[in-house]
Amino acid sequence: MSNTLMEPPVQESLQPQPGAPDNWKRFFTFSTDHKVIGIQYIVTAFVFFLFAGLLAMIMRGELLTPESDLVDRTVYNGLFTMHGTLMLFLWTFPMLSGLANYLVPLQIGARDMAFPRLNAVAFWLVPVFGIILTVSFFVPGGPSQSGWWAYPPVSLQNPTGNLINGQFLWLVAVALSGVSSIMGAVNIVTTIIRMRAPGMGWFKMPVFCWTVLSAQLIQLFGLPALTAGAVMLLFDLTVGTSFFNPELGGDPVLYQHFFWFYSHPAVYVIILPIFGVFSEVFPVYARKPLFGYPVVAVSSLIITALGAVVWVHHMFASGTPGWMRMLFMFSTMTISVPTGIKVFAWVATVWGGKIRLNTPMLFALGGLIMWVFAGITGITLGSVPFDIHVNNTYYVVGHFHYVVYGAVVMGFYAAIYHWFPKMTGRMYYEGLGQLHFVLTFIGANLNFFPMHPVGLMGMPRRVASYDPEFAFWNVLASMGAFLLGVSTLPFLLNVLSSWARGPKAGDNPWRAIGLEWMVSSPPPHENFDEIPVVVSAPYGYGGDEPLVASEPEKELVGEYS
Amino acid sequence: MSTANLDSALNTKAAVHGAEHEEEDHRMFGFIVFLISESVIFISFFVGYIVYKLSATDWYPAGFEGLEVREPFINTVVLVSSSFVIYFAERYLHRENLWGFRIFWFLTMAMGGYFLVGQAVEWMNLPFGFTDGVFGGTFYLLTGFHGLHVLTGVLLQGVMLGRSFIPDNYEGGEYGVNATSIFWHFVDVIWIVLFILIYVWR
Repeated sequence: MSNTLMEPPVQESLQPQPGAPDNWKRFFTFSTDHKVIGIQYIVTAFVFFLFAGLLAMIMRGELLTPESDLVDRTVYNGLFTMHGTLMLFLWTFPMLSGLANYLVPLQIGARDMAFPRLNAVAFWLVPVFGIILTVSFFVPGGPSQSGWWAYPPVSLQNPTGNLINGQFLWLVAVALSGVSSIMGAVNIVTTIIRMRAPGMGWFKMPVFCWTVLSAQLIQLFGLPALTAGAVMLLFDLTVGTSFFNPELGGDPVLYQHFFWFYSHPAVYVIILPIFGVFSEVFPVYARKPLFGYPVVAVSSLIITALGAVVWVHHMFASGTPGWMRMLFMFSTMTISVPTGIKVFAWVATVWGGKIRLNTPMLFALGGLIMWVFAGITGITLGSVPFDIHVNNTYYVVGHFHYVVYGAVVMGFYAAIYHWFPKMTGRMYYEGLGQLHFVLTFIGANLNFFPMHPVGLMGMPRRVASYDPEFAFWNVLASMGAFLLGVSTLPFLLNVLSSWARGPKAGDNPWRAIGLEWMVSSPPPHENFDEIPVVVSAPYGYGGDEPLVASEPEKELVGEYS
Repeated sequence: MSTANLDSALNTKAAVHGAEHEEEDHRMFGFIVFLISESVIFISFFVGYIVYKLSATDWYPAGFEGLEVREPFINTVVLVSSSFVIYFAERYLHRENLWGFRIFWFLTMAMGGYFLVGQAVEWMNLPFGFTDGVFGGTFYLLTGFHGLHVLTGVLLQGVMLGRSFIPDNYEGGEYGVNATSIFWHFVDVIWIVLFILIYVWR
């Protein structure tokens, strides 16, 4: 039995190996294979990550000195708006769609997603709205300048008077992103609920799938609220309705409710799959089962439910009534309970394990540390008096960058390194990977930690110039930003060179337990020659129970059915 | 492997055998998931409408007394009845009575068309426009967005009707017919809420 565990049966396929370099062209076609689409998503997202990172470095260049001297103030407004928008709608969302696309069918033992063509359409919308957003740099008046949340009445200003302006293109792009996300959500939810391999009950499903399901449920129930708000904003901007225009009797705060009803849960859309990645990575490199697996799995759904009732904590300073502030302060605090459960479970998983510090483990551990820090500053921000004090300062910027960079980007890197051998059939270079980790970890902390003290000192966000007393922390942060820019170089060198000519990785280089590790690397077309029959819970490290039924057992099953 | 595990594997194995033989169809499940999501857009608009109405000082545009209810009510009756008509159409298709299906299906389309025309006539006779205050905005937004769904429903019904004339297309058409029918019920329920909010609630 333990033999089965160490070397799970690999299903040979007669299909040509799809990862072979000679058919790279398939990544530029309307492929309906979930693995191709997954990689298309990931690569496209990474291109926009680099682009939006470049915008951030220009901003940090501006902030090196207290005066506004590098770029014009309106350009600066456009830069932070596009940085935030691109990072969310063209980096994190497509990136996690890519991971979910690639991994979910493999992890649940399905041959593809439920709706392969819908899947391809959802992906190909991403470059379309990515280009629309990028083009908005070149329209008269430049891109949207109202921040990634596009609060009216700022977002209703249209100084050029053109119909096609930066804000209009921004709204069109966000709407298309919503369409793409809903298509993806319908597909992923249907796939996870309906297409799990025989024997894979809910509590035999990997936590990554649990978290993806929880995240996509948020997309289904939250995103339409943003769509509604965006449609109304679009009418206000183009035909002159008065939904959010206070001059004409509209209610701008209502837009904030629509926006945050989705956009706060959107944070959980992003972070939940990262929790899934942590839950997959820690057991492999600590050689221990995930501590409290069913509780970790279910707390994802609890986060989804609680995440739907915390959005007003973004609006404590928006004239919300006192009872609402108290209510949402309370709900915001409670969400740290399921999150804390997960953190303790991961620590307990790693504790006393036979730890291997490969690059994925390094990124996951670094991400966990930064996530705990982000969680602590998050609790401080959930408290009304403190939040009103630091509202719109760099403290908030520092907090959410610890979330979206510290936890999410680090988690993405962990996932890319962990599944890179599976996706490409080749091994990355460990030394370059560890160099990448060191640069990223130092860079991220150097960039985002100084934002906390400077925010507490009172430096407002979204400004191109500032009081000279803030200069010290800003210079530090800018150094960190440039270091983060540099850190992508060893990563790109690593993945590109090892994808082309890296050493061949086996089917299961990490000796991990999971359906995706039982097929060849890269997996054959349609993944499984024969759909496996799952007989035990995931993460059986150190145990002797096999994950799937062996051949004789399957024959027995066959006779009965 | 424990016996309980093997038992559960045995049970599910049977289900999967079926799936592999006839390509299990997830389209209806996916479509319902999509409709649930779509309903949240309407709920958002409804919530917006309620918030606006509760907080407004002058709800209607100057010189406007309130909406006429009689014609919209007739429209409502027609639309709600069409939900029953489409149900009979589906039953006929289920019994493989194609002409029965076509007649009742076409009747549904006609009732949807009547609703749309009635809506257009009402719009044309109103003294206020889309940009006349929050009431004008929400009124046209809600009725327009719903009307777009009715139009989509009628067009889908047209496609399904056309496909029923393709010989031996019964099996291929069935999912589309069921999905269109569910969509139609959905549009109906939304209209009832909308009617109460806009026309009944003074």
